[in-house]
Amino acid sequence: MSGGGIEARVRRSLYGARRWHPAEIVFWILAVAAFFLLPRQLLILNEIAILGLFAVSLDLILGYAGIVSLGHAAFFGFGAYAAGLFAKHASADPLVGLAVGMGAAGLLGLLTSPLILRGSDLTRLMVTLGVALILGELANSLGWLTGGADGLQGIVMGPVLGLFEFDIFGKVAYLYSLAVLFVLFVLARRIVGSPFGLSLRAIRDNPLRASASGVPLHWRLVAVYALAAAYAGAAGALLAQTTQFVSLDVLAFHRSADLMLVLIIGGVGYLYGGLIGAVAFKLLQDVIASFTPQYWMFWIGLFLVLFVLGGRELIHGGIKAVVGRVARLGRRSPT
Amino acid sequence: MLTILFDGVAYGMILFVLACGLSVTMGLMNFINLAHGAFAMLGGYVTVLAMQRLGLPFLWALPAAFLAAAATGLVLERLVYRPMYAKSHLDQVMFSIGLVFMAVAGADYLMGSSQQFVHLPAWLSGRFDLAGIGVGRYRLFIIVLCGALAFAMQWGFTRTRFGSRLRAAVDDARVARGLGIPVNRLFALTFAFGSGLAGLGGALGIELMGLDPTFPLKFMIYFLIVVTVGGTSTISGPFFAAMLLGVADVTGKYLVPQLGAFIIYALMVVLLITRPHGLFARGRA
Repeated sequence: MSGGGIEARVRRSLYGARRWHPAEIVFWILAVAAFFLLPRQLLILNEIAILGLFAVSLDLILGYAGIVSLGHAAFFGFGAYAAGLFAKHASADPLVGLAVGMGAAGLLGLLTSPLILRGSDLTRLMVTLGVALILGELANSLGWLTGGADGLQGIVMGPVLGLFEFDIFGKVAYLYSLAVLFVLFVLARRIVGSPFGLSLRAIRDNPLRASASGVPLHWRLVAVYALAAAYAGAAGALLAQTTQFVSLDVLAFHRSADLMLVLIIGGVGYLYGGLIGAVAFKLLQDVIASFTPQYWMFWIGLFLVLFVLGGRELIHGGIKAVVGRVARLGRRSPT
Repeated sequence: MLTILFDGVAYGMILFVLACGLSVTMGLMNFINLAHGAFAMLGGYVTVLAMQRLGLPFLWALPAAFLAAAATGLVLERLVYRPMYAKSHLDQVMFSIGLVFMAVAGADYLMGSSQQFVHLPAWLSGRFDLAGIGVGRYRLFIIVLCGALAFAMQWGFTRTRFGSRLRAAVDDARVARGLGIPVNRLFALTFAFGSGLAGLGGALGIELMGLDPTFPLKFMIYFLIVVTVGGTSTISGPFFAAMLLGVADVTGKYLVPQLGAFIIYALMVVLLITRPHGLFARGRA
């Protein structure tokens, strides 16, 4: 105990979460190890990384700012189309395309953010859903640009950093997605731990009190909404680049609904929730689809219902126990 | 032009019957029930089965659809909905999406994925000409029936003992309980009634909207638009919202079909921005 002063204590409790927990380091080592341990599953791993990034994006607005959205696929799809079109017509460089996808989706988030500033949860759900539906309709009817129902074909990607050529096994794709995920995740981690992130939590818990204590409510919400939109755009751009194809599916309602499920499985309000949820969701989808390919929707639905009705504590308790054990292991072996 | 308007009104009437059950549950219990369309689909399938397997006439199949959906609503309310009332909106959304997914896959499993049809009796099919307007008999039937329903509901909500108790329970459930109003039973009945209306709407709508397992997902948006735009505290709000929506949708699809559902979504977003608490909202945060 160096400083017992109240200021130091406050600082410690506010910023204590900034330090890296051993379990977090183990998590990322596992993610990299998966590349070597599961060489046949790289395409799925790539999808998990993208879904994880997408879930982190939703968590930024839902878990930290309390904004519910049923149309987060709008930004995912917008980023995907932006990156796909950019690759097709302008430049094949992945990183520039990624920036374009992020920027386009972020801009869209900025433009649509006034919509989420008004009304109740229900209005927000509907307006976000409406935006995604409008984009879906647009993408469908602007066939000359987006390829309509056939999807955007003919995307050719150049090598990452001019060095690594995309291959059919998804080797480069997974490492590329994982690297982008990691960088954006670390950034998000910094952001939610910053005064900005703390003020978001204050808004989430009690908007009235937050604004009374001087938090500029609207601007903070606009900023985090645009940020989350850019993150979703990055996830979409990754999908477009690594699969070299964009279809109307990227804007579909079920993508937003699945994303909610991912986040709910993993847990809302701590960034790893999205990542853990993405892994669990893909595994679940894989297992269910293998024994009943046609009716997997039913089982997902049943899972959701049971989960919300009371299974959540069970699963999260289990995760916490494992994390706690890993953490203890990390502490016991000082290096 | 007037024909389009007429068709739009009929479509709006169906939307109203389908959605006002939802506005009842959503407004009363403050419960976001995205699975409402599943009850409508149930009503539709009951009608199809009753007519094809049992050979019931169309007019008899309608009450059957209402009853089946209402009974299912009653049972589900007891079993799974009640624990959800106290949970957050997000949980309710997830829960009801789960129900929708189950209903969609279940209907696919039981009934197959193809579109279902019903044969309307002869006196309900065809059109006749009335002062230059092409009037579809079936659409006229819908307008009359649903219009009567709307009036009955408005009357029941504002003039009867049941209605006033219900409004009391909505405004303050605790005080209502203190006054000896059986709030739980009232809500359960209301929920069943709302589900029944959805079933009836689904049965009536087969001819106009089609019926296949994706029905709950496809029309979920429409119900929600009606309810959110119309507001949840009155009957007239959703009614006007449904009319507006029905006319706009039908007109849009006739005149500029390439835009598809775009008009509806844009209309919704605009309305929600300008009136975030619905068309005729009482002051409510």
